[in-house]
Amino acid sequence: MALLIIDTEACIGCAACVAACPFGALRMENDKAVVDDKCTDCGACLEVCPVEALSLPERGKGAEDISAYQGVWVWVEQFRGEACGISWEMMGQGRRIADTLGTTLTACVLGHKVEGIAQQAIYYGADRVFLVDDPSLGVYRTAPYAKQLTHLVRQYKPEIFLLGASARGRDLAGAVATEVHTGLTADCTGLDIDPETKLLRQTRPAFGGNIMATIICPNYRPQMATVRHRVFEMPEPDSSRQGQIVRVPPVMTEDQIAAKVVDFIVEEGEVNLADAKIIVSGGRGVRGPEGFKPLRELAEVLGGAVGSSRAAVDAGWIPYAHQVGQTGRTVRPDLYIACGISGAIQHLAGMGTSKVIVAINKDPEAPIFKVANYGIVGDLFQVVPALTEELRKRLRK
Amino acid sequence: MHAIVCIKQVPDTTDVKVNPETGTLIREGVPSIVNPFDTYAIEEALRLREKFGGKVTVISMGPPQAKEALKEAIAMGADEAILLSDRAFAGSDTWATAYTLANAIRKIGDFDIILCGKQAIDGDTGQVGPGIARQLDIEQLTYVFKIQEIDFQAKRVRVERLLEEGREVVETRLPALLTVVKDINQPRYPTIMGIRRATRTEIPVWTAVDLPDAKPDLLGLKGSPTQVVRVFNPPPRSGQIVMIEGESPQEQAAKLADLLLKEKVI
Repeated sequence: MALLIIDTEACIGCAACVAACPFGALRMENDKAVVDDKCTDCGACLEVCPVEALSLPERGKGAEDISAYQGVWVWVEQFRGEACGISWEMMGQGRRIADTLGTTLTACVLGHKVEGIAQQAIYYGADRVFLVDDPSLGVYRTAPYAKQLTHLVRQYKPEIFLLGASARGRDLAGAVATEVHTGLTADCTGLDIDPETKLLRQTRPAFGGNIMATIICPNYRPQMATVRHRVFEMPEPDSSRQGQIVRVPPVMTEDQIAAKVVDFIVEEGEVNLADAKIIVSGGRGVRGPEGFKPLRELAEVLGGAVGSSRAAVDAGWIPYAHQVGQTGRTVRPDLYIACGISGAIQHLAGMGTSKVIVAINKDPEAPIFKVANYGIVGDLFQVVPALTEELRKRLRK
Repeated sequence: MHAIVCIKQVPDTTDVKVNPETGTLIREGVPSIVNPFDTYAIEEALRLREKFGGKVTVISMGPPQAKEALKEAIAMGADEAILLSDRAFAGSDTWATAYTLANAIRKIGDFDIILCGKQAIDGDTGQVGPGIARQLDIEQLTYVFKIQEIDFQAKRVRVERLLEEGREVVETRLPALLTVVKDINQPRYPTIMGIRRATRTEIPVWTAVDLPDAKPDLLGLKGSPTQVVRVFNPPPRSGQIVMIEGESPQEQAAKLADLLLKEKVI
């Protein structure tokens, strides 16, 4: 449903908008721009028009005085009393953004017996930490966490609020942004401050990684974003840093919380794909559940995790939790070794930003070789064990 | 038992190609499909109805052609479907989408459970599910991998959620909104009977007028805090592939090990 307004008087027929439209919704007719129903009202054409002939209807103005919102916040995710790596990656970004804006960085630490994490947050760059330490917050649950953060946001009014794009982070961010009525951009891979407007420019992949979009939230606060794992550098902690820890009482009591976490099932010997620095992944070419054995051995020598393509999961050779790709997990390891994976576009969407990609495949025409840094055309059942053997020697394991 | 399933019609992103010259998405000829994750939500709702009786209502917000997606849900076995379609809804981001769907759900009235896919494959945000749950002030359970137990009389549900570290078992009260991951079930194919029924079914279309409680200022572009300012092609992976040749797998493995050590990734 195209809402785009084209001022045909002003249009000079330069066709700049036609080239800028990511959806191919604009064309020139009689030297004037014309829009069709492929338009998604994204606004990408507005800024390229040299004569401001294109516009969209007015947006919401937001309710409050946005200048009252100051400072950058990061939610520090923890699991079983340990901070998740993504949290510190975000602290690094939060610090950089706060310095650019000349403002402070605040960490929100929720949990039980997590004072140590609050202290660490200061070492990783926080000027201030809101610490909510209570048994009711020991295990993540949506309601008490969302209510707590909503309460803090309303009281202290941050300008920017970053959360990790983990399962918990996306669950929480969606709830908080809805409650405070502000914009939320999911899964960002780029964050920067517009030098003129001072707005947070949030860049993320969409359409299965086929396009990138930069999104802003001009009239509502805080500007909220979830940030992908392992996209940003892990900062070095500095134990000489000083900061303030502010203890905040919980806003919900246990009897007000409906959800109870009754168990947590961790599969034997499983490495968390999101955090893994090295992933050895198998596809149709592994030919069966036993085919993953040499991959597991290689992953073990490298201290990595085992991933898979959709084909191997759909065939029932390995559980869904291992699936990398559009309908599985998005990963960004330092090293991704694709064994017997052809490299369908959905798979590439989940691992295409890995730092180094190695492809081992019998078929020299397999699309995986188009994105790989190193390729071996050969039988994975010969190459993988040879590689395991070689690396065992080199790494002395 | 009344289950409401929220679905979205999306372009089949497997078929989306980028025009290398203009850098724009080529959407001509790209088929529209039911968001794959939503088909798992529909299937789960149908299984609940088979076990407990009741009704499955499917709703979607989108252009008039999104009726096709709802017809597919009817063909799979859903009882009723409603399309929310109006120019006033156009340009909605995830906040405004959740607001509009939540208002429609309030109008539908009593329900026991809402099911959504974990995210849509075009936007990949996963934010509309939690948004609807907050708008309706009900419990939310995201990334559900399995419904272990559900009791509509006692209004309790126990699920397994798929998290990075493993599977969390969590129990809460109903009504609740669940977003489901792929492994929860295997969606059924529409039956001939179902397809016939879908062909005959008129899908009611609700516009802003049908949602009198929804504030006009919070719909569509006006209710959307976020704004896209730039869309561009992802940077291509830099560098060329190095093919590792060798007389034997051992020789290839040794060469690769050298390179990986040099890259400092192991």
